[in-house]
Amino acid sequence: MEIDPFIFRLSIFILSIFIGYYVVWSVTPSLHTPLMSVTNAISSVIIVGAIIAGLAGNSDTIFNTSSIFGFLAISLASINIFGGFLVTQRMLAMYKKKKKDK
Amino acid sequence: MLSANLSAIFYLVSGVLFILALRGLSSPETSRQGNFFGILGMAIAVTVTFLSIGNFSTGFVVVLVFLLIGGLIGAFIAYKIPMTAMPELVAGFHSLVGLAAVFVAIAAFLNPEAFNLGSPGNIKLGSLIEMSIGAAVGAITFSGSIIAFLKLQGIMSGSPITFKGQHPLNALILISIIIIIYLLCSTQSSNFFWILLAISFLIGLLLIIPIGGADMPVVISMLNSYSGWAAAGIGFTLENTALIITGALVGSSGAILSYIMCKGMNRSFFNVILGGFGATEKSASAQNKEQRPVKSGNADDAAFLMKNASSVIIVPGYGMAVAQAQHALREMVDTLKKNDIKVSYAIHPVAGRMPGHMNVLLAEANVPYDEVFELEEINNDFANADVAFVIGANDVTNPVAKTDPQSPIYGMPVLDVEKCKSVLFLKRSLSPGYAGIDNDLFYKENTLMLFADAKKMTEDITKNL
Repeated sequence: MEIDPFIFRLSIFILSIFIGYYVVWSVTPSLHTPLMSVTNAISSVIIVGAIIAGLAGNSDTIFNTSSIFGFLAISLASINIFGGFLVTQRMLAMYKKKKKDK
Repeated sequence: MLSANLSAIFYLVSGVLFILALRGLSSPETSRQGNFFGILGMAIAVTVTFLSIGNFSTGFVVVLVFLLIGGLIGAFIAYKIPMTAMPELVAGFHSLVGLAAVFVAIAAFLNPEAFNLGSPGNIKLGSLIEMSIGAAVGAITFSGSIIAFLKLQGIMSGSPITFKGQHPLNALILISIIIIIYLLCSTQSSNFFWILLAISFLIGLLLIIPIGGADMPVVISMLNSYSGWAAAGIGFTLENTALIITGALVGSSGAILSYIMCKGMNRSFFNVILGGFGATEKSASAQNKEQRPVKSGNADDAAFLMKNASSVIIVPGYGMAVAQAQHALREMVDTLKKNDIKVSYAIHPVAGRMPGHMNVLLAEANVPYDEVFELEEINNDFANADVAFVIGANDVTNPVAKTDPQSPIYGMPVLDVEKCKSVLFLKRSLSPGYAGIDNDLFYKENTLMLFADAKKMTEDITKNL
């Protein structure tokens, strides 16, 4: 009997939860705010689905109800991707060590 | 056109890069590299999607236009936003992830052929379940984050809003969500899909409305987690590994942060979610309001105390963020250091409105991160310090949490500020904190209250040093 591909995806999902659990516990508490903004940015990889939806229309009907929702989702997700990564970058650039000039 | 297997491998690569992005945050030195991995992973995922569709006609241009519009808005926000507004920004971003998940689910429901999920009215059962879960969680994330955003922004009152029958109503809605998903799957009727979105949207509003402003660290972390689960739900629908991995990472990350925040307040997750904290206790404390003597001082007194100290510990709280006093504070500390006074910062896990809020503000003011300590690291040092300078914090220093089992905050880990030789308490007034309880520290022999705006007082102290 063949295994349903869903089971494989479920395995990836469960194992990723465990990876997430251990990786996030090792994040230093002072970086919890950048952690939230970067998780925000990466969860916008949902843009992949939005692009598929946006490009699904054939050449004479680029805009149908489904693809319009796709286009809107592309904009929303890209606000998050650019905004999330850039603001994280901006925050991380501020974390500096004590200058050793004493 | 990229083969399905090859693109699946690339999606796996970007998933791994996202894991490395989070891993990088284990220390500030590696964090910038981590962020770069995240950007790389995203670039790979987007490029692979374009290549695997292989459709570079007019539609492709439209997609790029929408991507560019969003990107410009995002970049603009990222550069303009003041660091004190990070909690609002993160809440706002969560709502966008939620809405994007809803839109993708709608698109997949209307045009399942594009996603290889069957045909309209005959969508594969598994996909339909995954899609409805993704859409429902996305809608909850969206509307919940909007409320969190409004509360943090101050547009909506931060105090908890409760009404009778709230919990039964929420329970009823949650049950009906499950029933509607069942009906949707058995009938494939689009009406049920729209009803599902509508009530999920509603429950998101109802869940966050009763939660008070100071519980926002938990709420934001929780919504962070939800946005991850929504992404994972859509990831299953699209059979996309990058999305499944990311969803699981973000989901567990948010869940861990919520747990840390709850522990910082010694409250169970359900206690926070059921809401209403701070509304009932306020009336109780109003009854036994007795006038107790308080020592208050001015900038001169504070400067004198600190000048004669050899070590000072600074305890910042949400009030510092409100007054934007972090830069003034750092200047004061610079002056203290010039006089060979040892200064460190003590951060309570729930100080501020989101996890790590105070750390970011101090970093913005150029405070080196190795002078900033977490509660467990520094709590023993208060006994040896001369002055504790509490700026805009309150409940997290209240010794009542250790002494009075009747108190609503009993058992919450607090900073042992009272063990210092003297305590400077910078605050606008004697009003109690959000928990609505009096702070014993105000009336202690060795406490000097400084009633003023945090920024102005800090500047005045610096002048007097």
